Amino acid sequence: MAQLSTRQKLEILADAAKYDASCASSGTAKRDSRGGKGIGSTEGMGICHAYAPDGRCISLLKILLTNSCIFDCHYCINRRSSDVRRARFTAREVVDLTLNFYRRNYIEGLFLSSGIIRSSDYTMEQLVEVARSLREDHDFRGYIHLKTIPDADPDLLRQAGLHADRLSINVELPTEGGLRRLAPEKDGARIEGAMRHLRSEMEDKGEARRKYRHAPRFAPAGQSTQMIVGADAADDRAIIARASSLYDRHRLRRVYYSAFSPIPSPSAVLPLKRPPLLREHRLYQSDWMMRFYGYEAGEIAAATDPATGCLPLDIDPKLAWALNHRAAFPVDVNRAPREALLRVPGLGVKAVDRILASRRHRRLRLDDVARLTVSIAKLRPFLVTADWRPTALVDRADLRARLAPPAQQLDLFAA
Amino acid sequence: MAPGSPSASPPNWSAPKPRNKALPAAADPAGAAVHRVVLDAPDDVDGWRDAARRLAIAGVEPDRVTWQVGDAGGDLFGDAPLPPAPIRAAFSVPRAFVDLAETAILHSDPERFALLYALLVRLRDRPGLMEDKADPLLRRIDMLAKAVRRDIHKMRAFVRFREVEEDDGARFVAWFEPEHHIVRANAGFFVRRFATMRWSILTPAISIHWDGEALREGPGATRADAPDGDPVEALWKGYYAAIFNPARLKTGAMLSEMPKKYWRNLPEAALIPDLVAGAQAREAAMIASAPPAPRAAARSAEATGGGRPAGAGGNSGAVWAAVRDEAMGCTRCSLYKDATQTVFGEGPLDAPLMFIGEQPGDQEDLAGRPFVGPAGQLLDQALAEAGVDRARAYVTNAVKHFKFERRGKRRIHQTPDAGEVQACRWWLTQELDIVRPRLVVALGATAARAMLGKAVTISRTRGSAIPLEGGAEGWVTVHPSYLLRVPDEAKKAEERARFVADLRMVGERVKALG
Repeated sequence: MAQLSTRQKLEILADAAKYDASCASSGTAKRDSRGGKGIGSTEGMGICHAYAPDGRCISLLKILLTNSCIFDCHYCINRRSSDVRRARFTAREVVDLTLNFYRRNYIEGLFLSSGIIRSSDYTMEQLVEVARSLREDHDFRGYIHLKTIPDADPDLLRQAGLHADRLSINVELPTEGGLRRLAPEKDGARIEGAMRHLRSEMEDKGEARRKYRHAPRFAPAGQSTQMIVGADAADDRAIIARASSLYDRHRLRRVYYSAFSPIPSPSAVLPLKRPPLLREHRLYQSDWMMRFYGYEAGEIAAATDPATGCLPLDIDPKLAWALNHRAAFPVDVNRAPREALLRVPGLGVKAVDRILASRRHRRLRLDDVARLTVSIAKLRPFLVTADWRPTALVDRADLRARLAPPAQQLDLFAA
Repeated sequence: MAPGSPSASPPNWSAPKPRNKALPAAADPAGAAVHRVVLDAPDDVDGWRDAARRLAIAGVEPDRVTWQVGDAGGDLFGDAPLPPAPIRAAFSVPRAFVDLAETAILHSDPERFALLYALLVRLRDRPGLMEDKADPLLRRIDMLAKAVRRDIHKMRAFVRFREVEEDDGARFVAWFEPEHHIVRANAGFFVRRFATMRWSILTPAISIHWDGEALREGPGATRADAPDGDPVEALWKGYYAAIFNPARLKTGAMLSEMPKKYWRNLPEAALIPDLVAGAQAREAAMIASAPPAPRAAARSAEATGGGRPAGAGGNSGAVWAAVRDEAMGCTRCSLYKDATQTVFGEGPLDAPLMFIGEQPGDQEDLAGRPFVGPAGQLLDQALAEAGVDRARAYVTNAVKHFKFERRGKRRIHQTPDAGEVQACRWWLTQELDIVRPRLVVALGATAARAMLGKAVTISRTRGSAIPLEGGAEGWVTVHPSYLLRVPDEAKKAEERARFVADLRMVGERVKALG
């Protein structure tokens, strides 16, 4: 086979990496390159340097070191039995590419993953070497996210955490059965074991830093994971429960949901259809509800359709919860506690904070609330203000139809 | 609208440091005259703050101040001089106001200076105003600051450097067109990030240059002053095109974060139209790529007595067994609680013909196999009469658990509801994906609902082919158990003949489809 050019390799290895949803570059330690020999800075907020036509942010150079793999996971384009074209970067090539992109302000840093070649330890060593070289040889102070291989030696995971801002291990599938069927070489217990290990490393190093200011940091942006949605039988209820237990058990910063999308040269097992993007979107909304709005996983499960176990697609899960719990409404914007306001469909965290701040100075009327929020129309049925009280609107049987997006209503009239 | 009730004492606000301590304070000497304030630059925060403090302490009403940038000729009415600077800060403003003013003043809206001054004057009487986010003036200024913060963020994101060789080494030069007056305020970010690089950012109003030690300002530039290419850009474009997943096209989400106004200075944006245009074709190609070739291979292998060949798509046996094993523990609906076991479909995995029944009956539930009870026997007989080879068909059910009502010792069949059919449809879809039959026959209304995803009446759909997702042909007929329940003997024979005729048609159609 002819030697591949850097550009060809980059295209193959970026193509192979695009099914990983994460591209975050936020939430790590603050640092910059003043007084250093290299370049780079991280200032808390992530930056998306471009957006692809799939609407996804491009913040990091997201590539695999190689797309050769000894595993045969059905959902994966890089599985052993796939006839995709293979390529491999050397550590040096990845380092040069990262620095060249970074200097031109294309990226915030690197997200490096890899197919498993030879052994887990060998592969992990290669990944760690790239991070080490960037940090030590080039004094790179930008963002590094390393994919972690669950079976790799704990010492390698420790080294990875010293160089990287974030580590991640994908649980891949929400159910143990799904994992057995679609990723026969992977082992759910080992994956969670590695997450547990990373969590305790992070806590130990955090403890050390509280005592000694110069103790090394360990993955300051924490760990994250990804679940594929729509490739196995798990319903939304199961996915939400799994995500919630992962957040609790391993202190994950993020769980990413990736709608299974058709891949070139697919395995016979998988649904070859358009990826369930709307379902993925609803799951992210439910994730936000757990992380920022104070909902328990069980409460969100109550918003799912009892028959299918899935969240409704036509309305968002917060509205679905509200429609199922009408006794909790309307909420008085001038008196209700923060937790109750956060449950009003259409009120976000920022709007709630603005309401709380301004109601100390005035009794809020509907106009005032309208100024603080994006859209008042959706809120009205659920709010009481100084000059507004919904007239039994919360009890209306057709409330859902009134609040669902207009396309739905047109369908109703067209029928 | 009544102003708010008296608020609690304000939190700790630190006063901004006065710039000039030399001159004594004075009352507004000019009476009703209009004051004209000339600022040095559109982002002259210090100049605005100094003037605003003097005017506010002198009690000048906001409508008697005009603000202007640079020496753009005299305003006809603005002739009164600024009141002198006070000896010390006579009043303090909350920190939140200082932060807001420093940001909002960078906005391109010419009214920003006046709006901020109006807010400052009102703050003297209502120190808590900064918290009252529902106040229309504060809200408006908040929105200005928000637009500025977004512009600052987008500049950090969308500046693209190009490398040029100079006599004393490499320099990275970018051309950028900000919407607001943010370049000076944003320079620190690039200094912190690219401290060891030599770089320049050129914009229409101002240019900034960093030589590794100091920041220098220069006049505005034009696009032509910036370099027009960089060899690394080809790699970046290659990356941009490869990281895009055509199966997830969502141009709206892209446009809201990367509006078209930025595109002309982003090298990768030139690729967008082609990527979007090609996306649907690429997705369709991926979806279509799987089935045909392995199927043909499987057919010929089967003809010689072999199984499916190994290789891409050749793992259907293992996959089917894995799906069935997973289905054995299915709890997607509540029927698993009372049934004995999951009854999965069975038959050759390359069968050209698939039959979908309603659900396992009493005998199937105990045996764990579909179509072994009375209805199954009737189906076997009918197929034999119609000349259809039962051994070449895959048989399964819309719902894989037995739903029943207990009456004494007997378990009486109950029709599964729409939710149960929907929950179980996931398994049926898996079976269809693995077997990929040319022709699917739904036996009865429940099976037809599962096959088509919606409720249909048998009488209206019977006897004609319905195209299914994935290219198979769907046919609908009655369930054999219906024939067992027809009370009238003559009617029973008639219905049975019709059923056999349906099956014969199906058999011929399968042969025709190959």
